Amino acid sequence: MSALLHYLPLLGVLVVVAGFALRFNPVPVVVVAGIVSGLAAGKSIGDILALLGTSFVSERALLLFVLTLPAIGVLERAGLREHARNWIASLRSLTFPRLLIAYLGLRQILSMLGLTSVAGQAQTVRPLLAPMAEAAAEKRGTPLSQAERNDVRAFSAATDNIGLFFGEDVFIALGAVLLIQGFYAQHGIDLQPLHIALWALPTAIAAFVIHAVRTVLFGRRIATPDPPAGRDDETAT
Amino acid sequence: MLTIEQAYWLIALFLAGAALLNLRGRRFAHAAFWGVLAVLIAGGKFVLVAAAAHQRLPAQLAGVGVIALAALSPRMTRGHLVERDAASREADALHLGHRLFGPALLIPLVTLAVALFGGYLVVGRLRAFNATQMTLTGLALSCVIALLAALWVTRARPGAGLAEGRRLLDTLGWAALLPLTLAALGGVFAATGVGTAVADLVRMLIPVNSALACVAAFGLGMVLFTVIMGNAFAAFPVMMAGIGIPLLIHMHGANPAILGAMGMVTGYCGTLFTPMAANFNIVPVALLELPNQGDVIRAQWKTGAWLLVVNLLLMYLLIFRF
Repeated sequence: MSALLHYLPLLGVLVVVAGFALRFNPVPVVVVAGIVSGLAAGKSIGDILALLGTSFVSERALLLFVLTLPAIGVLERAGLREHARNWIASLRSLTFPRLLIAYLGLRQILSMLGLTSVAGQAQTVRPLLAPMAEAAAEKRGTPLSQAERNDVRAFSAATDNIGLFFGEDVFIALGAVLLIQGFYAQHGIDLQPLHIALWALPTAIAAFVIHAVRTVLFGRRIATPDPPAGRDDETAT
Repeated sequence: MLTIEQAYWLIALFLAGAALLNLRGRRFAHAAFWGVLAVLIAGGKFVLVAAAAHQRLPAQLAGVGVIALAALSPRMTRGHLVERDAASREADALHLGHRLFGPALLIPLVTLAVALFGGYLVVGRLRAFNATQMTLTGLALSCVIALLAALWVTRARPGAGLAEGRRLLDTLGWAALLPLTLAALGGVFAATGVGTAVADLVRMLIPVNSALACVAAFGLGMVLFTVIMGNAFAAFPVMMAGIGIPLLIHMHGANPAILGAMGMVTGYCGTLFTPMAANFNIVPVALLELPNQGDVIRAQWKTGAWLLVVNLLLMYLLIFRF
C-alpha cells in the first residue's frame, strides 16, 4: 500500500503525456497535472494553490524575452525582415550552410562565455536569422514553397537551440557547472568548476560537428526544389 | 541601482498596455489574460516575500491567478492582427537599408556590454547594476534602448512600440506563458516526490552489477526525466541521487567530474526532444508562425539522437578511465 502511495504522484506525469498526445491546449494540461500530482501526494487544496503560485512567480525571469517585442515590432513594421532577406540575397558567397554553421559556432562561443541572452528565438531568430536563412536558401534560383519555407525556419530555430545548449554547459561561472559542483559539495565530493566545465567540451565539439553535417545535408536537400505536386502551388503544407 | 525587479515592472507595464489595447478592440479573453499575467509579474516579489514569512494568502491568490490563466488559454485564438502591408514595408526597407539593423543589434551589444562591464559602472557612490542577474537586467535595459533607437530610425510615433509589441505578443498568445507554467509544474513535481519515484523505478529495472547497464540507465534516465520535466537541471539531482552517486561513483568507481559534466549534457539532448521545454521548442513555433507544434522538434531531434549516442559512448569510455 505504501509502495503504491510512493508512486501515486506519477499520475501528474501521465496527465502531461496524455494531454500532449491528445493535443489539448498545453497550459491547462500542465496546470491540471500539477494539481493532480499535488492531490496524489496528499496535499490540501490550499497547499497546492500556494505551491503553484510561488513556483510560478519565482520563474518570472522566463518572461523577460517579451521585452524585446516592442523594438522588434517597430523595426519589422519598417521592413527589417525584408531588408535582412534582400541583404543576404545580395551576398553571393554566403550560402545556406555557411550562414547557419557560422551562426551555430558563434552562438556556442558566446554561450561558453556566459552570454546566453545575447541571442535567442525572439531577439535574433525571428527578426534576423530566419529571414536570412530563407534568402540564402532561395539562392538556388526558385522561391521556396510554403512547406520548404517552414522547414528552413524550423531549422534556424533548431540551430539556435543547439548552439545555446552545447555552449552554455562549458561556461564556468553560472548555470549547469555550478549546479553540478553545488550538488556534489552537498554530497561530500569537492570539485573545481573548471574541471567539470572541461569535460563538457568533447560533447560541445561533437554537437558542432553533428549539427554542421546535418546543416550541409539539409542545405543540399533544400537546394533542389520540391517537385511540383500536381499543379503549381499545391504543395502539401 | 538597476535591478531585475525593475525589469519585471517593465514587463508588467507592457502586458498591461497590451491588455488595454485588446480591451479597446473588444478582445476580452486576450485583455483578461494579459491583465492577470501583468498583476502576477508585478506582484511576484510581494508573493515571494510573503511566502518566506509564512503568509500563504498572497501565494494562494497567485495560484488562483495561474488557474485563471490556464482557463483563458484555450480562448487565446491566434486571430490575425493587421500588419502593415508588404509593399510599404518593402519600400521602407529599401529606403532605410542597413540603418534597420542598428537598433536590432543594439539588443545583443548592450546586453554584452552590461554583462562584461556593468560590474564596474558606478553612479555617484552606488553601483549602476545589481550583481545578481546582471546579464538579464542588461537585456531589459538593452530592449528599452533598442526601442528608442528603433523609433528614432523609423520615425515612428512612440505609440507604435506598444502597438507593434502587442501585435507580436498576441501572435505568441498562450505560448508566451507555457515556459513559466512548465517551470511551475517542475516545482510542484519536485515538492510531491515525482523525482524520487522515477529514480526508484529505474533502479528496479536494471541489473546494478553491470557498469554498462548503470551508465545506460543513468544516461537514458537523464533523457527521459528531462523530456518529462522539460529541464535537465531538474533531472540532474534526481538521477544523481538515485543512480549516479550510489551505483556509478561508489559501486563502480566512476570519475565524478566527468560523470557530472557528461550526465548534464546527456540531459540537454533530451531538451531537444520535448515540448515541455516550451521556451526553446514551442515559443519559436509561434514566433516563426509554423503550422505544427512539433516543427522545431522535428528539425532538431536527429542532432539530439546522434549526440546522445556519441555522448553515452564517450561517457562509458571515459568515466572509469580517469
